[in-house]
Amino acid sequence: MKYALLVLAPPGSASYSALHFARAALERGHSIERVFFLDDGVNNGLDTTVPPQGERDIPALWGAFARETGVELVLCVSSAVRRGLLDATEAQRHEKPGPTVTEGFTIGGLGLLLEASVASDRVLTFGGQA
Amino acid sequence: MSAVKLLLVCRHAPYGNSLARSTLDTALAAGAFDMAPTLLFMAEGVLQLLPEQDPTDVGTRNHRKVLDSLPLYDIDQLYVDGAALAEYGLTDMPLPEGAVVVDGDGMRKLLQAADHLLGF
Repeated sequence: MKYALLVLAPPGSASYSALHFARAALERGHSIERVFFLDDGVNNGLDTTVPPQGERDIPALWGAFARETGVELVLCVSSAVRRGLLDATEAQRHEKPGPTVTEGFTIGGLGLLLEASVASDRVLTFGGQA
Repeated sequence: MSAVKLLLVCRHAPYGNSLARSTLDTALAAGAFDMAPTLLFMAEGVLQLLPEQDPTDVGTRNHRKVLDSLPLYDIDQLYVDGAALAEYGLTDMPLPEGAVVVDGDGMRKLLQAADHLLGF
């Protein structure tokens, strides 16, 4: 089965579930077309996050996942820049001090979510239900 | 892109957080990619349809105006949860043009007919 994941939840249990799901799916021989982070979900890619002692560094865990598996992690550009998540290009464009996106994530448009949706058998959404 | 039937489920009130707006952004992007989605407004999401919204004091854009621009992107399949309208006392509210009120059975049919569903 080919999956696309949509993460709306900020770093926390729902986004951690998404990461677990992604790893478990790959282990069972499924594929992950792309993980798309939208709305508060983009905070999963914030490199300047410092988790309290004893808690998980979720952006770093996602970054490691991308490095190990090659799965693409994309932050929605409009959700990202308004929350201070900038890659080198966006930081320069908006004249901000520097990039803040964790290595392993890229910034892209919503078209990448739709493209992944079309290419996948299932789209799974994590978070969003308040 | 292809003839995938995409259903976006809008379950959030228009202001207070940005999920309602993110749903519409996704709808507009889908429209731009020639995969005009169907939108289903349910639960609190029906509040997105309120006419005469004035968000000046909360410093954001008018959500209803974005909704009203959907036909420009060929997005004209709008469905509204009738029970939620009743719950909020909005049964007589003027809905966007072409919006169809559905009951539980109607919503089930919409969910079944979609190839892909993005729930917000």
